[in-house]
Amino acid sequence: MVPAQAQVLPTSTESVIVADKLRDGIDLQINGESYRHTGDPDMPLLWYLRDVLRLTGTKVAGEHDGTGADMVLLDGKAVPAGSVSITQLAGRRVTTVEGLAGNDGTLHPLQQAFIDEDAIGCGYCTPGWLISGVDLLTRKPQPTDADIDQLPNLCRCGCQTRVRRAIKRAAAGKAGQP
Amino acid sequence: MSAISRTPARIRLSRRRFLQVLTSGAGVLLVGISTTGAAQPPLSPGLLGDTFHDLGAFVRIDADGNVLIGARDPDTGTGVATALPRIIADELDADWNRVSVVPLGLDVTDNNGQPRWTYGRQIGGTGTSIPAAWADLRPVGALARWLLLQAAAKRLGMPAARLRCDSGTVIAPDGRRFTYGSLAGDASKIPLPATAPPLKAPNRYRLIGQGTGDVDAREMVTGQTRFALDQRFGDTLVAVLAHCPWADGTLAQLDSSEALAVDGVVKVLTITPEPGVAPGETAIAPAVAVLAKDTWSALRGRDKLKLTWKPGPSGSDNSNTLEQQAGALLAGTTDPTMRVRNDGDLAAAGKKAARRLQATYFQPWLAHATAEPMNCTVRLDKDHATLIVPTQAPQKAWAVVQRLTGLSPAQIEVRVPRVGGGYGRRLDHDYVAEAVMLAKAVDKPVSLWWTREQDLTHDFYHSGCVHQLSAIIGHKREVTAWNQRMVSASVFAGRGVPDDRLWTSELRADQLPAGLVPNYRSDWYAQTCSVPRGSMRGMPDTANAFAVESFIDEIAHSMKEDPLVTRLRLLGDDRQLTLGGDTTLDTGRLRNVLQLVAERIEWKNWLRSFNGLGIACWRVDGAYVAHAIEAALDGERLIIQRVVCAVDVGRVINPTGLEGQVAGATLDALSTALNLAITFKDGQIQQRKLKDYPLANMAQLPNAVEVITVPGDRPPAGASFLAMPSAAPALANAVFRVSAVRVRRLPLMKELLRLL
Repeated sequence: MVPAQAQVLPTSTESVIVADKLRDGIDLQINGESYRHTGDPDMPLLWYLRDVLRLTGTKVAGEHDGTGADMVLLDGKAVPAGSVSITQLAGRRVTTVEGLAGNDGTLHPLQQAFIDEDAIGCGYCTPGWLISGVDLLTRKPQPTDADIDQLPNLCRCGCQTRVRRAIKRAAAGKAGQP
Repeated sequence: MSAISRTPARIRLSRRRFLQVLTSGAGVLLVGISTTGAAQPPLSPGLLGDTFHDLGAFVRIDADGNVLIGARDPDTGTGVATALPRIIADELDADWNRVSVVPLGLDVTDNNGQPRWTYGRQIGGTGTSIPAAWADLRPVGALARWLLLQAAAKRLGMPAARLRCDSGTVIAPDGRRFTYGSLAGDASKIPLPATAPPLKAPNRYRLIGQGTGDVDAREMVTGQTRFALDQRFGDTLVAVLAHCPWADGTLAQLDSSEALAVDGVVKVLTITPEPGVAPGETAIAPAVAVLAKDTWSALRGRDKLKLTWKPGPSGSDNSNTLEQQAGALLAGTTDPTMRVRNDGDLAAAGKKAARRLQATYFQPWLAHATAEPMNCTVRLDKDHATLIVPTQAPQKAWAVVQRLTGLSPAQIEVRVPRVGGGYGRRLDHDYVAEAVMLAKAVDKPVSLWWTREQDLTHDFYHSGCVHQLSAIIGHKREVTAWNQRMVSASVFAGRGVPDDRLWTSELRADQLPAGLVPNYRSDWYAQTCSVPRGSMRGMPDTANAFAVESFIDEIAHSMKEDPLVTRLRLLGDDRQLTLGGDTTLDTGRLRNVLQLVAERIEWKNWLRSFNGLGIACWRVDGAYVAHAIEAALDGERLIIQRVVCAVDVGRVINPTGLEGQVAGATLDALSTALNLAITFKDGQIQQRKLKDYPLANMAQLPNAVEVITVPGDRPPAGASFLAMPSAAPALANAVFRVSAVRVRRLPLMKELLRLL
């Protein structure tokens, strides 16, 4: 047997085994999936969703302009994705319109109610209304007209009356019924 | 079948359009309309699949019973992606649950260097999709159905006349049934009849007249619908622009070094509108483009641009000055640019006046503010261009690409997904020109999009306008003379329209109350202005209806009369009035919609109601509309309590879709009238954000729009803007009742608060 050769250990303070640094990037949880963003931490969530994840249900209607087309749920509360930067997202849950339905494709009652009431014009602002509406129904399961009036979304096609009916239908548990 | 001795390869529908079967065998029936000069040989089903849309086909029935129906017109929120296929499906007796709608996109073939449009007209949001489809698409469904019947007859050995169709099944008198899928293959081999099979009798309609929701609803609510802005080619560069504030300005200085230093920014390019090209076919203004690997980098790069612009001639345009000039024109005796209509003798009527009335109405410039921003994604290869673009008129987009690339007709592919609103803005294609110019300068696909500020400050606006209306009332309370004088800047100026037709974008020769007043004159005065102008949903009807229908209320008020009574007297007996050209006014249909809204809103309370009731009506291209509105004032807050709208469009294709269009157009018109105005100073648009152009929110709009649809059997009229014209005057008339303030200037809220 060849005698084991003594291994020369480094004598400097440098070690071959380096202690873990904190990993770069920000942990994100979007529609139940985990992601890590290592790019510009100031990037608004809107562009991360659309350009990086290609989740395009969250719409661009301008920049920080309050149309509500870019609404997402942040820990269940509706916020405009264009106004939230990724640094603000560490440890928080994001749900986009793509994440409203169940994994088996079962629609959220408000999604079904939008179909029932045909609360769709061109459809561009629809995801934003759904996010704001789900937020409202979570906070106020039986919203009044005055509550619905507070929704920040805009609709250029004039679907507001049908959106109102859809929210009331979902609140009444009548989504999917004739 | 033996009765047909000749078996044509196709059936002529019109001079250049032919109905034909495009496949044979293998269990598939494909029926379409061709526009080729020579009959195409039947194509094998192996060629179908993804190339379905290349065949001019509108109906495909597969062996498994699934039915694909093509939708040819862009759907900008008008519901045509649902309504057009449904017209074909009914004629086919298809089972709607088995129908999938295929958006056809633009299809074009090369006809000696000229484009030949495979599907005929393809245009959306102009109120013409349904009337056109009613006229030319039904035979496709009828032929497919006829062929399926013949196939079943052959199999059963009995005449086709004894068979009937129901929801995708052919049924024999003894109850034997064949699904369309099982007949499709045989049907594709049946020789064609000599002429197009007869269309269904209306009492056999099963889908037409029955409401159905948007075919894309499930995809919409789950965020799966890919609008143009949601689609990219691999390796696409994102382009954002900084536009010159003046459409006719120039770039004075550009320092792009800091922009180029931003991580992800690839290139900075300049765009210049091509001289001599009509507005809407080239860039709207000079611009500097930042191209980057992603949107965020592009936006950060744009923030770092150092730019100075120089104004052009529009730098002296001011919306205030234009309005003052309009006022001066109307105060003077200058001859009009165009005498649009002149019935009877105004001067003679003046001699027998019991009462004279005059009022002037001011309406502001307006922007489109579509939900989906202007955008266009282009991929240019050596011998092919592919566009993904939200457009209302893909053939016009095609023409811009053709001019800029020199490619031959069939080398240009225009894909049109669902469009996030049009309102006329997407009849112009400046953003297509911009995207193609950029794609030519880089070797990658380019996805261009505009931010909201660019959209508001670089639109093809609707011109502000001033109406001066005068009327003479006779001793029996009849309106004996009507004089309308209108001042505006024509949409058509600079767009290749002859000078004597510039007025046609601004008013209609046959608009109310033409034909109802013996002495009627309308004059148009042109204003010149360098701020770009373009088509706008509902125009010119909406602007004219506001003035006319407000003025009729003023006439009623001057006689201390119920304005509904005044209107009904003006309409007179039910009759058909020919107004010149091929337009007729059916006074009975107009009376009917007026009375329907009056009844629903309980007009009998008009005099004593604490809230204000207002009413107005209009006629648009063979359709009739009336609004009745109940409004209340709570301090300085205007509350729109109730809105009723009745429409008569002839036959209703999809009542659910129609209700959506009518309610939507009503809210659009109210939102616009309440608060919206574009102003410009030294040629610069002063509204840069939506807070400056405040579309009405949920709280400002009525909770419901009650829509009444008049049943009818006339060919269907379009409805995408039908409910716009009468909404704002009905509101202004209601406001007058509740506040005694006559609003003659829009936007309404600002004027109301000034006068209250």
